[in-house]
Amino acid sequence: MSFPLLTATAVLPTIGAIATAAVPAARRTAAKWLALLVSIATLALAIVVLVRFDPDGARYQLTESHAWIADFGVRYELGVDGIGVALLALTALLIPFIILAGWHDADPLETGSRRWRPTQGFFALILAVEAMVIISFEATDVFLFYIFFEAMLIPMYFLIGGFGDRAHAGTDENAAAQRSYAAVKFLLYNLVGGLIMLAAVIGLYVVAGNFSLQEIAEARANGTLDMATNTERWLFLGFFFAFAVKAPLWPLHTWLPNAMGEATAPVAVLITAVVDKVGTFAMLRFCLQLFPEASKWATPAILVLAVISIIYGALLAVGQRDIKRLVAYASISHFGFIIMGIFAMTSQGQSGATLYMVNHGISTAALMLVAGFLISRRGSRLIADYGGVQKVAPVLAGTFLIGGLATLSLPGLAPFVSEFLVLVGTFARYPAIGIIATFGIVLAALYTLVLYQRTMTGPVKPEVSAMPDLRVRELVVVAPLVVLLIFLGVYPKPVTDIVNPAVKSTMSDVHKKDPKPEVEAAK
Amino acid sequence: MSATVVHSLWTTAADPISKIDAPKIEYGQLSPTLIILGAAIVGVLVEAFVPRKSRYYAQLFVSVVALCAAFAAVVALAADGYATTKAGIAAMGAIAVDGPALFLQGTILLAGLVGLFTFAERRLDPETHGNRVDSFAAQAASVPGSDSEKAAVKAGFTTTEVFPLLLFAIAGMLIFPAANDLLTLFVALEVFSLPLYLLCALARRKRLMSQEAAVKYFLLGAFASAFTLFGIALLYGYAGSVSYGTIARVVDGTITTVDPALADTMGNDALLLIGAAMIVMGLLFKVGAVPFHMWTPDVYQGAPTPVTGFMAAATKVAAFGALLRLLYVVLPGLRWDWRPVMWAVAIVTMLGGAIVAITQTDIKRLLAYSSIAHAGFILAGVIATTPDGVSSVLFYLAAYSFVTIGAFAVVTLVRDAGGEATHLSKWAGLGRRSPLVAAVFAVFLLAFAGIPLTSGFAGKFAVFKAAAEGGAAPLVVVGVISSAIAAFFYIRVIVLMFFSEPRPEGPTVAVPSPLTMTAIGVGVAVTLVLGVAPQYFLDLANQAGVFVR
Repeated sequence: MSFPLLTATAVLPTIGAIATAAVPAARRTAAKWLALLVSIATLALAIVVLVRFDPDGARYQLTESHAWIADFGVRYELGVDGIGVALLALTALLIPFIILAGWHDADPLETGSRRWRPTQGFFALILAVEAMVIISFEATDVFLFYIFFEAMLIPMYFLIGGFGDRAHAGTDENAAAQRSYAAVKFLLYNLVGGLIMLAAVIGLYVVAGNFSLQEIAEARANGTLDMATNTERWLFLGFFFAFAVKAPLWPLHTWLPNAMGEATAPVAVLITAVVDKVGTFAMLRFCLQLFPEASKWATPAILVLAVISIIYGALLAVGQRDIKRLVAYASISHFGFIIMGIFAMTSQGQSGATLYMVNHGISTAALMLVAGFLISRRGSRLIADYGGVQKVAPVLAGTFLIGGLATLSLPGLAPFVSEFLVLVGTFARYPAIGIIATFGIVLAALYTLVLYQRTMTGPVKPEVSAMPDLRVRELVVVAPLVVLLIFLGVYPKPVTDIVNPAVKSTMSDVHKKDPKPEVEAAK
Repeated sequence: MSATVVHSLWTTAADPISKIDAPKIEYGQLSPTLIILGAAIVGVLVEAFVPRKSRYYAQLFVSVVALCAAFAAVVALAADGYATTKAGIAAMGAIAVDGPALFLQGTILLAGLVGLFTFAERRLDPETHGNRVDSFAAQAASVPGSDSEKAAVKAGFTTTEVFPLLLFAIAGMLIFPAANDLLTLFVALEVFSLPLYLLCALARRKRLMSQEAAVKYFLLGAFASAFTLFGIALLYGYAGSVSYGTIARVVDGTITTVDPALADTMGNDALLLIGAAMIVMGLLFKVGAVPFHMWTPDVYQGAPTPVTGFMAAATKVAAFGALLRLLYVVLPGLRWDWRPVMWAVAIVTMLGGAIVAITQTDIKRLLAYSSIAHAGFILAGVIATTPDGVSSVLFYLAAYSFVTIGAFAVVTLVRDAGGEATHLSKWAGLGRRSPLVAAVFAVFLLAFAGIPLTSGFAGKFAVFKAAAEGGAAPLVVVGVISSAIAAFFYIRVIVLMFFSEPRPEGPTVAVPSPLTMTAIGVGVAVTLVLGVAPQYFLDLANQAGVFVR
């Protein structure tokens, strides 16, 4: 038996989480270094996976399969396709930066009881989330996926509710109440989504008799597993609801601004750049493969919701006074693009959507982490409290600008390529939807540039005048992300090469071919 | 009544009786119950003859040995094939020895053992007058607040009678799911109910509340027993027998001969329907299903917490066992009549328990309503009427009982000057003061909520799967919705423990003896093992999923 590489990518952070949690209370710094080293080792493993993965080989690679709960028809089955491997790499890449950015976020303000160890807990929880997200990207058993899809809510919930901004932490009763509200809202939205999915998971078992994605998809493709139209639609809706809450799609999005606003910036990045990707990823992997007919049936409605997400998220971002909430609404707009790309049912759309997931992860991480550094300096999340920062902290302002420009999809930066592909892919099949969605880009330019203008330019505010520029640790976090944004903006081929074959297989699952170009049709 | 019937009655009785067969008792197959009953009687003798000082240790020793021996006997019987191939009916048709019976007896015995540890805990309260005290009244007979009570406390009395009472209750619970005729069922019901009524009244603190709880439990329980007994009488009138097998054959029409003494009533469907409904009502009272749940919150709150934990776990196991046997063995022929009713009961139980729990401010009442909601989930599995339904219910009961005992054991640890601090507001910030205890309680709450990787999820999945396959998909949807509602109040407690600031005058967490630590440790271990690797136990439940008739 070969080395279980995929299992290792999840087991390593799990062990790291346990070890980090076990570090004695006084050795805080040791816990931080341990967590960082584990996350870097996980990244190394992810790179090995990436290297071993052959884009033109079998659809699922590095597969592992073991008996687990035979009674429920559940097997421990792992395997990655191009989409999974790209998101696995993204997750493993971002976690070290998240840990490094949150280096001081969980230092205890007051000494509680001897056994109260918030720092250890913070980093252990981040590693636990990493492990669960990675397993979700690798699972090819629906039940296995569901277990970790649900279980990751718990560490996430403690990360949001337990660790607020340094600016407000500890003293402010009101901030603590808001934070706990945000955490509960996050958990309840996702739990309800998950439980509705549970009903659909049980339904799937009753219909199919097992949970293996490959077996079910194959049986669906060659006609041995026939689902009644209505059954398939209900099951699809059950799955899609959970993923739409996670993604999040309008009108199920309202937990995200609260959660991202109240959580620390690194945790906010963890939510939007890593955890939420499981939702969009699962739409591609489970909704389309298991329920191709129902997916096609629901496409018009989902596209409309996606476009509403794009425009609505962007409009609300324009109106925000709070930097973190602004990024959250921008993310809702971007998730609208991703979902639109997935359900446009064209290969450009789906490649673009997958690429978008990766690029959105990197660009949001860059923007949000720099915003977090900014907020930690001034102790306020309000845009109005800033002004003229670029004169006192030029590097901070510069990286913030690059993050912002990436968010508005400036050509030359990575998100441009994916947004372009999504729009082209959508336009080919649904021109009207594509045209409306394009307005989202205009609005994106508005909210990003206004944010930059209000915080960074203009006269230097007195509270800002003594603001230090980025420190070495912060530079180490931001610089690689900026380099990646530029590199993937100029040369996205490495990612598209991995993703494209997987997208082709997904397209064939839903029996969709790309529409012929108009010019050719006219001949 | 017509004259001929009286005549035939007369002549039947007047026939000369040639010989009486000596009853044939399979002592080996009944050994688990007999061991516990014997130990209970030994416990009574210990109370009478052993000096007060050494009673505690003697009782603890007898109880632990008896429970372990009885569990060993259950395992031996199962290993010998009595759960599968050799399953049969023992004690002249009174007791069934089959898979479900042995599985549930094993669960009850283990739950009883863990419950016993919490009964025996004597380190939570500070020593009074130089004596260690447990959760039970110094002298049950002394009036609360009276001089005689003070004298009893000063003399260091402890109510060691709780141990034989516990053993009697366990013995009744062992018979209850194995009873194979209605009279045995009723006797077992009373054997385990009466000690529980007493145990509920024995709290050391808040004695009036405890006694009130016991009176409520007793009165309502007596009503339920009366209903059951009336139902048994009606069923006897219908079938001319109290034996499960015979009633089942009369119901499905294989026996058509009419007992001349019962010519007026036999085969009267009204008697069957009303009688069956009344017996089921009595059992639903014991499991705490809506609308027979009114006693649950008051009794759970008032009873001494170790008793609450034991009762919540073991009573549910025993009563669901009896309910399963009644519905699957006696009344399968009546399936089309009882299924719609049970559907309704399951739906209102799931929703009612979950919704009312939201408004609770006392942790014990909250767990009481949560137990009602769980009864609803288990009912969904009962309704499946498939072998999968039986095994899923068995698995759920095993998983649920250890979570419950563990959770109530944690409740006993959180204390302030007035004893246990059960008001929710006092739990604020517990995660800061004692992260470990709060984390353990959080694990139990997550298991109650059915979060994956805990036993609660595996159990919930098993019953919902069985229900869906049994054609009860709407029940699954209702179950999922009420799970979501229930999750809300479990999460609320977690929020309170971890995200609220501790109160300055908040409760402290007592450091328990190894006894309670074992109980909690077993609870956590079972919760995680059944959550991560449930296959072995599902296999056990599957093998045990067939009733003997």
